Amino acid sequence: MMLALEMYRSLPRYVAAKAMGGRIPGVLTGPAAPIRLITRDAPKPRGPGWARVKPILSGICGSDLGAIFGHTSLYFSALVSMPFVPGHEVVGELMDDCEDLPKGTRVVLDSVLACAARGVEPCPSCESGNTNLCDRITVGHVSPGLQTGYCADTGGGWGGEFVAHRSQLYAVPEGLSDERAVLVEPIACAVHTALKANIPENGSVLVSGAGAVGLFVTLALRELTGAGRISVVAKHARQVELARAFGASDVLAPDEVPARVRRATSAFRLSPERGPEFLLGGVDVAIDAVGSKSSLDTVMRTTRAGGRVVLSGMPSTGADLSPVWFRELEMVGTYATAGAEAFGKAFELAAHAPLDGVVGGRYPLYRWREALDHAHSAGRLGTVKVAFDLRNS
Amino acid sequence: MSRPGFVLEVDDRTPPLLVHEGEGFRLERFPTGTRVIYPPESLPGIRDIDAAIANALENPENSEPLRALLRPGMRLTIAFDDVSLPLPPMKRPDIRQRIMEQVLTLAAQAGVDDVEIIAALALHRRMMPSELQHALGERIYRSFAPQGLLYNHDAEDKDNLEFIGETEKGEEVEINKRAATSDLIVYVNINIVPMDGGHKSVPIGLASYRSLRHHHNSHTMVHSRSFMDAEKSAMHHSAWRMGRLLKEHVKIFTVETTLNNDIFPEPIGFMNKREWEWGVRDQANMLAAKRGIALAPKKLKRKIFEDVRSAYGITGVHAGETEAVHAKTLENCFKQQAVEVQGQTDVLIMGVPFIGPYNVNAVMNPILATCMGLGYFFNSYRNMPVVRKGGAVILYHPVQYEFNQLHHPSYVDFFEEVLAESTDPATIEKKFEKQYATDPWYIHLYRTSYAYHGVHPFYMWYWAAHAMDHVGDVVWVGGNRKAVERMGFRAASTLNDALEMVSHTVGRSPSITYTHNPPHLISDVR
Ligand SMILES: [Zn+2]
Ligand SMILES: [Zn+2]
Repeated sequence: MMLALEMYRSLPRYVAAKAMGGRIPGVLTGPAAPIRLITRDAPKPRGPGWARVKPILSGICGSDLGAIFGHTSLYFSALVSMPFVPGHEVVGELMDDCEDLPKGTRVVLDSVLACAARGVEPCPSCESGNTNLCDRITVGHVSPGLQTGYCADTGGGWGGEFVAHRSQLYAVPEGLSDERAVLVEPIACAVHTALKANIPENGSVLVSGAGAVGLFVTLALRELTGAGRISVVAKHARQVELARAFGASDVLAPDEVPARVRRATSAFRLSPERGPEFLLGGVDVAIDAVGSKSSLDTVMRTTRAGGRVVLSGMPSTGADLSPVWFRELEMVGTYATAGAEAFGKAFELAAHAPLDGVVGGRYPLYRWREALDHAHSAGRLGTVKVAFDLRNS
Repeated sequence: MSRPGFVLEVDDRTPPLLVHEGEGFRLERFPTGTRVIYPPESLPGIRDIDAAIANALENPENSEPLRALLRPGMRLTIAFDDVSLPLPPMKRPDIRQRIMEQVLTLAAQAGVDDVEIIAALALHRRMMPSELQHALGERIYRSFAPQGLLYNHDAEDKDNLEFIGETEKGEEVEINKRAATSDLIVYVNINIVPMDGGHKSVPIGLASYRSLRHHHNSHTMVHSRSFMDAEKSAMHHSAWRMGRLLKEHVKIFTVETTLNNDIFPEPIGFMNKREWEWGVRDQANMLAAKRGIALAPKKLKRKIFEDVRSAYGITGVHAGETEAVHAKTLENCFKQQAVEVQGQTDVLIMGVPFIGPYNVNAVMNPILATCMGLGYFFNSYRNMPVVRKGGAVILYHPVQYEFNQLHHPSYVDFFEEVLAESTDPATIEKKFEKQYATDPWYIHLYRTSYAYHGVHPFYMWYWAAHAMDHVGDVVWVGGNRKAVERMGFRAASTLNDALEMVSHTVGRSPSITYTHNPPHLISDVR
């Protein structure tokens, strides 16, 4: 038996949570809460190559909040199995030997549940190493679920233990603290985004959003690409400071974006009769690290003709796609990571980047309401990452 | 007969004195012993202005009469000072209209029919049709504008600029092509301060950025002592070199006019007078104005001030060869504005009014307020600054965090981006000026809308460079704290607080001088 937070969302609850709007404490305390703390059976290893993991720290990701909030598109409802224990940003300790990794090894998780974990023949994507694009995430000897943390069979980081396949595990180097190791998965996603963004040498980049995703993407862009000017949109003082520390050339307030990008890129600025301003000209590449309608609008309206818009946050609906058509924008999504390469680079970044204090809140599982509330207001409260601390849970 | 300028020493019988602060004014009690410098009272205006113009054109300085310079088949270009002069705008008919009507009459009599009229605005915003009509009158506007023969100079129209050459100091002279290829340029000037006119008219008013940057830069401005004293102004030296070069290529006939100090019309005419001489009617008007302004909503308040039209008297009309004409102009200007002041002061206090050359029909934004206080008013001296080196300046202005988007789009960006990085004129010149000067959007707005050129806020900042270099402390009374601090200054709510703040620089019992302008004055510091 183990203590775990469980998502048991039903469609009515999903709709109810959505109706609550932005007030997460309301969602968390009200009858619509799609999540609860329970004692339940620990998940069982699913076959050869599987082992149990005891989480040490488990981050709260924007996508987790999206699911709890009901912001997530119903598109995903076919890709999860209920009920599940969330948590996919994990550093933990192996409770069993796992092929070449001995029991006791500290590991981080690549949460994608692709062909290898499911025990099926590799699909073309997995064959080519792009496990994040796997087409088999609903079949095999594991229940449907795009990732650990969205699958009924595996458990997740927000519980006392979970199970993982060898293909999902990376050993944490000696000397890398748990607080840094828990950031490896989100950093790996950022590395993937930065590489996928395909920045031209010395190209100008706009990163909309300075939460964990935006900040790590900024870091990865600066360290791994030839990006020139990196402009980061940030709201809060601590975000501004960190964006600079992570390599932003300049930091803009949300309402300054059209004016400042116009200046920096010598673009023309126009105001339509209704709706936000836009530029003729603009940055070479814009990365949406928020996923809101206004952020999407901003990035599409400030990217130069023929430029690239990268969707890194889970996108919401309702943005006006006219710029994509009129400016012949290239629109690229980046989801999770393509595996080993991104994790390798993420470990390097996690070791030397200025990440001290980035995990700004640690809560035991029983204080989950506070933890989720804190994560929801992280930017305003000057926190980048909130995590569950399972060492004493 | 009008009375000369005057220095008052404040004692316990001195009433509170009027201080301008943007779209409003206050009555301030100054510490005992404060020196108050008043401008001379208005000189009488010329009675028959049209006759004076005719006389100037017929008997010019160091030149043949205008009629002798006109002949059939020639190319004649008339250029004139733009909307930045005079301040506030003049009641109709504007002196430019009166002069130009006579020039055009002479041209018609001589059979000249290739005439174009150009607003010499350099990198200022274009004049609107209504403003052109106001300055030149209906008749001229209707005859020339629809055919494209009356237009704004475009310093970014590469096809219509002519490179003249370089001065002995390597300054590139490039001006409006129509003007450069004319047989004669007649330049119609309004001289409100001694800084304007002379070789500033054609070589600057009709120039391009390429040419302007040789004198409109922080180095030149820091080395001008002051702008009002052409002999000591590095900027003027440069313009003069350009003017002399230009003179060898194109014939220029200059007409300059000087105005008296009647800048405040009734019912705010009390502002032209000295407070202890206010009569019952002035007192009543003052109270009504003060009350009216205090109660008026912001929009109405702005409109009240934007609508001010002044009934200036004309104190001189001189025409002919540029330098000879300008010598007469300066004489008139100083006669109207110079006040002898004995010795420098520790603290200089100045009220910044609602209007400056660059915010006609627009709010005076923080950069323009700074330019007005530290650029124009601080530089209104001869010989040496009123305030000693390392002294303090106290300015009155609300310094609202407010910009007119139509006229000042690059100012907003300058304020947000450039000043956030540095307030040092040389640093920002090096790092940002070129970007702003060549920004295609600003160029587009300058050419097709009514925006100042992208580089203009830099020039405004450079105007203040000499003052910022000279004084130790700048405090704004009543200024918006955020806006003032962005510019590297400090804000205080009262004069006492301001004096307290500058006491680190000038001590607890500093000598204080308040220059009571506008109307405009020039301190002749001995
Ligand atoms: Zn995540
Ligand atoms: Zn697969």
